Amino acid sequence: MTGVRVAGVGLTPFGTHEGRAGRDMFAEAALAALADAGVASEDVEHLNYGNFMGALAERQGHQAPLMVEAAGLRCAGTRYEEACASAGVAIREAVRAVRSGEADVVLAGGMERMTNLSTAEVTESLAVAADELFEVRAGVTFPGAYALMARAYFDRYGGDREDLAHVASKNHANALVNEYAQYQRAVSVEEVLDAPVVASPLGLFDACPITDGASSVVLVSESYAAEHDLDAPVAVTGTGQGGDRAALQDRADMARTPAAADAADEAYDDAGITARDVDVAEVHDCFTIAEVLAIEALGFYEPGEGIGAARRGETTRDGRLPVNLSGGLKAKGHPVGATGGSQLAEMTRLLRGDHPNSDAVPDATVGLTHNAGGTVASAVVHVLEVAE
Amino acid sequence: MSGTEGVDRPDGPTYEEWVAALDRNGFYLECANGHGSLPPRRVCPECGDTDLTQRSLPGTGTVATFSEVHVAGPAFAGETPYVTAVVDFGPVRLTGVLREVAADEVAVGDEVRADVEPDGPGDRPLVVFRPA
Repeated sequence: MTGVRVAGVGLTPFGTHEGRAGRDMFAEAALAALADAGVASEDVEHLNYGNFMGALAERQGHQAPLMVEAAGLRCAGTRYEEACASAGVAIREAVRAVRSGEADVVLAGGMERMTNLSTAEVTESLAVAADELFEVRAGVTFPGAYALMARAYFDRYGGDREDLAHVASKNHANALVNEYAQYQRAVSVEEVLDAPVVASPLGLFDACPITDGASSVVLVSESYAAEHDLDAPVAVTGTGQGGDRAALQDRADMARTPAAADAADEAYDDAGITARDVDVAEVHDCFTIAEVLAIEALGFYEPGEGIGAARRGETTRDGRLPVNLSGGLKAKGHPVGATGGSQLAEMTRLLRGDHPNSDAVPDATVGLTHNAGGTVASAVVHVLEVAE
Repeated sequence: MSGTEGVDRPDGPTYEEWVAALDRNGFYLECANGHGSLPPRRVCPECGDTDLTQRSLPGTGTVATFSEVHVAGPAFAGETPYVTAVVDFGPVRLTGVLREVAADEVAVGDEVRADVEPDGPGDRPLVVFRPA
């Protein structure tokens, strides 16, 4: 089995790209990644592309061949759909293709266009990630589903809205210097608590924004990197995926996310590390409670202990395990089908030392990314390590 | 000729039959190992058993979690704010809209019964809960 290197990464700024077609955004990210890698577009053997709601937002299914064309590639492409984990699974399959020897160069990433829809339309489009019969028809929205999980968590383990507000405030603080982030502004704990309610107990600032954007990474085999003398110090050393029942009502425990725990266990085994080896993490904080559930499922905290991590300063930029130094989905934005790719791009930059927040983790050698679909009915975890 | 003509329907009840029965004789499915689930279903998702039997839903359940939703999709836009809840009915849990009680009067553990409102938002039958 060959090792996999991240040769280059590319992102569009996350935010509102009014009037820009999805194919244009993806082309920007893909060209940036190829330029960062120093890899010729004709060397790319396959495009692994993530997208969730393009058929609703742009009336455009069958997006992979369009994106191959837009990025100027000369290969086939496949679209991967796993709700908000679409790019995560696209990358995972790219890692597997390179490891198997099937390909030496794969471009992976994703795109989502969302702000051209009204808030109600986005709410409905995202709700499609839930169980249509037993949740969507009963009025469960995406924020509503995470609110149900937050209440279940509070009831089971304790914690309150102020604990969650510290998660939001932390991630906004991290985004201040990130030029790709949608919100480069500080948000205080008081502002989070005073924001309008979206779905109790969650308010507007407990939720990630509606975002347009695209992400790309160029994954190459170690032999290709050596032959082409690429500067690619970061390796993907672990990958894992987990699944769970689609509807919250069918889960054994609504205050836990076992799909993420399974994905993490697989990725840790694959990389030959444990949770204790991780220096820095990018986790799927589509809502503040989601970050809490993630850091527990990933093994950084025991169940019930993650709720106070941000408030205690343990996951802040100067804490023992900085989480979401990019700003996370919360402040950086969440173009759903692109998010998993952006996490890998941000983590690569953090480990390479060219991220504006790299100075928070100057000695980091092991990073983890966690990308979740729906209410974590699916989850993809990757381990990245500095290889040289 | 339609593509489904002459094709046998699955052995178990449909979702539509399940929701239509909620106001009189609500039911769930039980496998030989006692796992509960809801239709349409051919296989027990816990153990893979295919021998599924219809059982009566307990008359009352308890609120497992809830949220007052203020921002909704188009179908529920005229309903906001409304309280969505997941309710434990022994071997199964149901998700629906809580009626006849204000959000600040709800607590985890409250006892409710399941009902159905025909032609709810989006003109589809809506699972609702009312105080027991």
